[in-house]
Amino acid sequence: MDISASPSIADGPVYTHQTVRLDSGLDLECGVHLAPLEVAYCTYGTLSPARDNAILVCHALTGDQYLAERNPLTGKPGWWSRMVGPGLPIDTDRYFVVCSNVLGGCMGTTGPRSICAETGKAWDSEFPPITMHDIVAAQAKLIDHLGIDRLFAVIGGSMGGMQALTWAADFPDRVFAAMPIATSPFHSAQNIAFNEVSRQAIFADPDWHDGHYRDFGAIPARGLGVARMMAHITYLSEEALSRKFGRRVRHDAATAVPASSSPSLFGEMFEVESYLRHQGSSFVRRFDANSYLTITRAMDYFDLAAEHDGDLANPFRKSQTRFCVVSFSSDWLFPTSQSRLLVRALNRAGANVSFVEIESDRGHDAFLLEEPDFDRTIRGFIAGAAEHAALKVGER
Amino acid sequence: MRVDQRLIAEMIAPRARVLDVGSGDGTLIDYLYRTRSCDARGIEIDMQNVTQSVAHGLPVMHGDADHDLADYPDDTFDYVVLQRTLQAVERPREVLRQMLRIGRHAIVSFPNFGHWRLRLQLLTTGRMPMTPVWNTPWYSTPNIHPCTIRDFLLLCEEEGYVIQQWLAIDEDGARAPWRRSIRLANLFGEQAMFLLKRAGH
Repeated sequence: MDISASPSIADGPVYTHQTVRLDSGLDLECGVHLAPLEVAYCTYGTLSPARDNAILVCHALTGDQYLAERNPLTGKPGWWSRMVGPGLPIDTDRYFVVCSNVLGGCMGTTGPRSICAETGKAWDSEFPPITMHDIVAAQAKLIDHLGIDRLFAVIGGSMGGMQALTWAADFPDRVFAAMPIATSPFHSAQNIAFNEVSRQAIFADPDWHDGHYRDFGAIPARGLGVARMMAHITYLSEEALSRKFGRRVRHDAATAVPASSSPSLFGEMFEVESYLRHQGSSFVRRFDANSYLTITRAMDYFDLAAEHDGDLANPFRKSQTRFCVVSFSSDWLFPTSQSRLLVRALNRAGANVSFVEIESDRGHDAFLLEEPDFDRTIRGFIAGAAEHAALKVGER
Repeated sequence: MRVDQRLIAEMIAPRARVLDVGSGDGTLIDYLYRTRSCDARGIEIDMQNVTQSVAHGLPVMHGDADHDLADYPDDTFDYVVLQRTLQAVERPREVLRQMLRIGRHAIVSFPNFGHWRLRLQLLTTGRMPMTPVWNTPWYSTPNIHPCTIRDFLLLCEEEGYVIQQWLAIDEDGARAPWRRSIRLANLFGEQAMFLLKRAGH
């Protein structure tokens, strides 16, 4: 396999991300005090004089803060550049949009690759366990630093949606509107199971070295690549895979079997195999295995109801936040049924909630793709919320 | 906006909390928000209508009368509205109970199966009536629980609901002149609209 490609993230060029360093640090739920805390972030648009037009966008498991600009590591456009920008549904002509790398990440925010103040060495696999609440608390420190009291909106898909919900639960007075997209109020057994397979793939890599791979100048690229390949399947749908690849076999020079060779089991490669290998190999160049483990574990721990006496309505009682819950019909990783559970709980809490299931055959990843109904939903919800917040953000 | 929607809007006090069950394209809640400063929300079964409503900035959720009212706490709303839908729900009595549990008032409109044209057609042809209001054949109609105005009055009596206002309306939604006699309304009213509240309030 070609996914053991050059370990570029371990010893590649060091990028300078826009970062705020907070020496006061952060008290984690596990009891560890993490200091200093660094949060890497990007902003777009202009903060209004009243500081009331800020939208926080929360990224998913393997996303980053490069929301709407070229990603310096991959050279690709920002992961939501089709949604965020001047005149786009999340309109940077009207709103001040913030996106930060999550705690535990590997794009500049404090995480396993950061230096532990006590040991003077990188945390690596000794990085303390974190939760969705810790991730959001770190973002809140950034929002404080930016001088923003109340966020006009918190928007996120997948794990970003978990953060949007956590924001609304932990800081009800600081979130005017929340848009949890393709997400769930708890991580399901099936999703924990997928994460576990991902993690076991990483642990099984001979280059894992109990998480201290960097000391050995290595990265567990095979394990991380397999983890990504498996996870990537869960982001799609059978229909999307069939439409994109079907049963087509690649017939190019690189994979062609020489005429002289004996018949082989793997002489040919299905296009879907080739695609997944590419996904695996490009991922290991940009993502750190310890970050992957840290963040997937934070997702696994996520269960808002369990933290509130088993009733998901509890964290949202008396909430004044306007919610818009969005799911996608073919998403089997975060199915509509889980969004509906959330909506029901919000209704029990008497919260103001809109709920749309977008018809799409592209699975979980649909929230990142061209879906006109989804664009209209985001644009409309934001405009409606702005009207209710009496925001002076230009014409509707 | 349909004329009967305007009649509904007239029943609703300014700044009230309103849930429109079956909010369609959101016309009524948009009107209530813009002209009466109401906190108006919607539940709608048709996803295209839901998307269109949310895209217009209206708080609407995908759901239906039979399954999604039970979640709301008691007295969440001042008014719960059910337009032209009672005859199509699975359990009309339970839906009414939920409406008057989560809302202080219920506004219900439904097509009247007691209208003379329906009675005459059934009598003369011996077949299920077809009229501009009841315009789908029996095998494909969503209207599984038709009732007459008198049937509805009886149910309200059984359930102990107070009728604060009622009116018969014609097919276009205009108020019909049968406001004094239930018997005449039941014969000549194509549709009926009721403003209800719980007894003892």
